[in-house]
Amino acid sequence: MIALEPWLRERRSAGRKLLVPYLMGGLGEDWVEALQAVADAGADAVEVGIPFSDPMMDGPVIQQAGVHALDRGATPTRIVDALASEELGIPVAVMTYYNIVFRTGHRRMAQSLRAAGIGAAIVPDLPLEELGPWAAEADAAEVATVLLVAPSTPEPRVAQICARSRGFVYAVARMGVTGERESLGNETTDVVRRIREVTDAPVCVGVGVSTPAQARAVCEVADGVVVGSALVRRLLEGGGPDAAGEFVGQLRAALDAG
Amino acid sequence: MSAPGGPPADAGSRSAGHGTPRVMGTPGPDGRFGEYGGRFVPESLVPACMELEAAFAAAWADASFRTELSSILRDYGGRPTPVTECARLSEELGVRLLLKREDLVHGGSHKLNNVLGQALLTLRMGKERLVAETGAGQHGVATATAAALLGLECTVYMGELDTERQELNVFRMELLGAEVRPVRSGSRTLKDAVNEALRDWVASVDRTHYCLGSVMGPHPFPYMVRELQRVVGEEARAQCQALLGGADPDVVVACVGGGSNAAGTFAGFADGGARLVGVEAAGGAAVSDGIPGVLHGMKSLLLQDEEGQILEAESISAGLDYPGIGPEHAWLAASGRAQYAKATDEEVLAAFRLLARTEGILPALEPAHALAWVVREAGRSVPRGSTVLVTLSGRGDKDVAQVRELLAAERAER
Repeated sequence: MIALEPWLRERRSAGRKLLVPYLMGGLGEDWVEALQAVADAGADAVEVGIPFSDPMMDGPVIQQAGVHALDRGATPTRIVDALASEELGIPVAVMTYYNIVFRTGHRRMAQSLRAAGIGAAIVPDLPLEELGPWAAEADAAEVATVLLVAPSTPEPRVAQICARSRGFVYAVARMGVTGERESLGNETTDVVRRIREVTDAPVCVGVGVSTPAQARAVCEVADGVVVGSALVRRLLEGGGPDAAGEFVGQLRAALDAG
Repeated sequence: MSAPGGPPADAGSRSAGHGTPRVMGTPGPDGRFGEYGGRFVPESLVPACMELEAAFAAAWADASFRTELSSILRDYGGRPTPVTECARLSEELGVRLLLKREDLVHGGSHKLNNVLGQALLTLRMGKERLVAETGAGQHGVATATAAALLGLECTVYMGELDTERQELNVFRMELLGAEVRPVRSGSRTLKDAVNEALRDWVASVDRTHYCLGSVMGPHPFPYMVRELQRVVGEEARAQCQALLGGADPDVVVACVGGGSNAAGTFAGFADGGARLVGVEAAGGAAVSDGIPGVLHGMKSLLLQDEEGQILEAESISAGLDYPGIGPEHAWLAASGRAQYAKATDEEVLAAFRLLARTEGILPALEPAHALAWVVREAGRSVPRGSTVLVTLSGRGDKDVAQVRELLAAERAER
């Protein structure tokens, strides 16, 4: 298992901007190949979604991907098992909703991630106040729980979240659900700045980052980007691993040029 | 903690260090009812929930807010609603049946009690727009009504399937100036409308209040909506005591989808001795058939599969087509203070017709579930001669076209 935070810190120290693509687990027969293509194209870590029937934080693209994956019979166990047998060469974080974790069981989920070599988890509907039971098991299994800071998060809370976040701090670029946006506003810069004031952990920006140009612009202030819908849309359109790899390659090139 | 040998005075409502200080009292800052409740929302919404919690606490403690709300409920909403003795149906059932007539509230259901409170709170918070989810359309119509009355913008999310089942309510909302957005994701019913309303709220929270329609969602909604519906139970209890020489009814019954009319009703009776019964649709019975889980910001009992995917509820009543139940109901069930039963579509249709023929009242299909339970249990678990109060949470006009089709289909089958 590659531990997420030291890995990201080391790359940041080397002057590299961090690229964290998101893919939906179980989306299409070749989703694991797509994951490998993304890793080979220059991703620093990957987020893999475990689909949930009611993804409150997600826009239409990720919703649709989740429906397709569930229709194909995706389950938490199958996705974790598939990841366990894969050597991507970069760290993996799973992203799912809390009911999946709760029904699986905190300990069982944490230990199965650990056993599969998955070093991190993002559970967006589990805020600081409700984190305890999961975080205790995740910490014990050395699974990093990445927490989100939103533009609406008030000051003292930003510090509390950053102190509890592991792996990196996920800066929510704008108020809203996941999905491609034409532009990202001042609130993105602002939320990154407020996180920087209280932590030296890597800060990656997600929710709305859609194009290489946006990724580069965001990385003028942040350490990295999470890109989900723009990538998943290419897979939903039938692009397959090649299209996924090509797009991630473009993102990589833009970050390296910046 | 408890004295040796005896439970603490509030033992009935505490478990594992969480809980409410008394039965249907104020939950602590963690928003828990026993193990249920809480606030499971994305970080973007946490500050808005905290703001709402503080705003409601301040408003609810402010006599002028309560006076303003009561005045509007009286002069505009038609409160207090009566309790009606059902002489003919009582004779037929062998129990004394009383109806709390929320069908007579302006707009045709108890939903107005909640939305007027939340709409006033919206103004108090300096926001100018309401979003709401709706199933049968009752909450959407009520929200649109309150928005029109108080000059707020209003967007209502409604599952596409429900917009078809409840076409007239869609038109009603539009007449009242609301925008109705059909939801095409998932099962295209109430749970998906809640998802979509939450997604809207995340993106618009600085100027928008999410006017949630039931005792569900993240803290403080389950508590706040119950408090805003408490008027149903408090009025009913006083009215029953006047009728019954100071006594409570033996049984108090209400239908439960999310459970707002039941929560409001039970809140008025919870500290007494009446047997409290919530009736769910057989196709969406979260207490009978659900297991603990987290959805729409709350931990509660949910219909779901083994992996934690939420299942779709199915019933003739769009208002009860919800795979979960308010967290306080989950706790009332666990603690035994209330019991939860289910009624089938056939029983509901029969009860609907029975009340129409014997009392000249067309109930909504939702409270027809509560009536169906009474019809089934009268002379069984409800002994002959018992006094039973049913909250008639809404009127049936919205359901007449659907009932006609269902009865035609029933006749065709014979």
